[in-house]
Amino acid sequence: MTITEKILAAHSDRDEVGPGDLVEARVDLVMCHDVTTPPAVSMLEERGMDRVFDPERIVVTPDHFVPNKDIKSAELAKRLREWTRRHGIRHYYEVGRHGICHALLPEEGFVRPGMVIVGADSHTCTYGALGAFSTGIGSTDLAAVLYSGRLWFRVPESMKVVLEGELPKGVYSKDVILEVIRRIGVDGARYMAMEFTGSLVGKLSVEARLTMTNMAIEAGAKSGIIAPDEKTLEYVRERSDEPFHVYTSDPDADYASTVEVDVSSLEPMVAFPHLPSNGRPISEVGHIPIDQVVIGSCTNGRLEDLRIAAGILRGRKVAPHLRAIVIPATSRVWLQAMREGLLEVFVEAGCAVSTPTCGPCLGGHMGVLAEGERCVSTTNRNFVGRMGHPKSEVYLASPATAAASAVAGRIADPREFLC
Amino acid sequence: MRGYAHVYPRDHINTDEIIPARYLNTDDREELARHALEDLDPGFVGKVKWGDFIVAGENFGCGSSREHAVWALQGAGVGAVLAESFARIFFRNAINTGFPAIECKGISRKVEDGDELEVDLEAGVVRNLTKGEEYKFSPFPDFALEIMRAGGLLEYLRGREG
Repeated sequence: MTITEKILAAHSDRDEVGPGDLVEARVDLVMCHDVTTPPAVSMLEERGMDRVFDPERIVVTPDHFVPNKDIKSAELAKRLREWTRRHGIRHYYEVGRHGICHALLPEEGFVRPGMVIVGADSHTCTYGALGAFSTGIGSTDLAAVLYSGRLWFRVPESMKVVLEGELPKGVYSKDVILEVIRRIGVDGARYMAMEFTGSLVGKLSVEARLTMTNMAIEAGAKSGIIAPDEKTLEYVRERSDEPFHVYTSDPDADYASTVEVDVSSLEPMVAFPHLPSNGRPISEVGHIPIDQVVIGSCTNGRLEDLRIAAGILRGRKVAPHLRAIVIPATSRVWLQAMREGLLEVFVEAGCAVSTPTCGPCLGGHMGVLAEGERCVSTTNRNFVGRMGHPKSEVYLASPATAAASAVAGRIADPREFLC
Repeated sequence: MRGYAHVYPRDHINTDEIIPARYLNTDDREELARHALEDLDPGFVGKVKWGDFIVAGENFGCGSSREHAVWALQGAGVGAVLAESFARIFFRNAINTGFPAIECKGISRKVEDGDELEVDLEAGVVRNLTKGEEYKFSPFPDFALEIMRAGGLLEYLRGREG
């Protein structure tokens, strides 16, 4: 069995499961945020089912439209807050202590190997970087799991993504995942578990791995997963005293397909509008002037990302006509970035530094695009209208490429800025 | 189910096109319905009639997990989406809500905008009344039909607990 099959079997009291089997699995952890949870709570209330299976297994953070961007979003956040109080949900991260959910949960030690985790957000697949089965669900599924602690799953086929080689200068895990999605397409792993393996994975930090599993959904995958290694265990033990179980795939496990990438020959990648699969190596990008840069999100808003961006922005200035917006993904990242002097680097370069929010990634607030504007963003989607006007354009890239582009005022090769 | 087809043959019609995130500051279904498919076809809400069908290409509903996408289409009167294939979270949300998301190979090339269709869920057949054609689709798995018959996942769950 694969790691994914083993985790699902263990959580549905079976010795063995295979792709296509329907299982009803126990869920270890449920992630809730301000956009998709209030409707789930309303569904339960309307049906006289307003209970939670276990308040200790629910983690809640408002992150999409906070600090509240308007009266309607304030009402959503209020409904979320009141629900956590009503049910004694302790793991609630109020604005000021909050963070973008997919950065916050691993950082706070809630994510451990071998768990089954669901969240009403498509990027819940992020947590697989720590060896958990983790997938995004809608509000009705969320209501069902909050009520019962269980959920039905179709056991997915697995796709093996074998990453070999050394990352060249200026190339990061974001470039790798954009290359993988370029090769297989936005539905290349539809319904599958993307299992990342190969000699590169062990060399990547846990934070860099989170960037790759985060974007498994952009290839249509149900989950992304990486077998735990020493780095994983160290990361988890620094953050949690709870027990966990490490699963790995058997050598003879079945895979529906295999994708092999030699990263040694990769260049920085830029995904052109309007699909994450429209990746191009930076040498083929040409001259594209831009209006805005966003560095942040559940994909690339962790400390390592900010250090990389600051490394390029230190002592340089953002292009005069351009807005650069930097958003540390969690309050803890924000504080550490301040202590390290990274925020000072950003502000001196002419960036706006925001409190944690998903805001601009989905055209919510804190950096919405006008008609015809172009943005280089470290986020995960560049669909039509994703960050604002339907006639605006989003180019996805790494924090290094985004920082270089902020200085150049056009899409730029970060290798020109690295010594 | 009977209605007229609105054909968008493109692949990867995503949740940002079905209901842009700028409207996710509410879960009021009537308000969401007013913006259904707004960034794909701003005229859609003005022309869709109750019970009409959307016909689309591969991977319909990819992107976000927002169930608001299903609610917006339902609220706008869409009776079902008939697509070459669906993104998995959208498909799951549709089943859980009792909304038919029907995977029917070849349909985006056979049906034209404005064709009158009749959908038989139990038999797994789409009848094109305008063209006099029939298209078969794989009927839903039993568990999905059970959930849809119950009226959605929560009703199913409650019924099972008795």
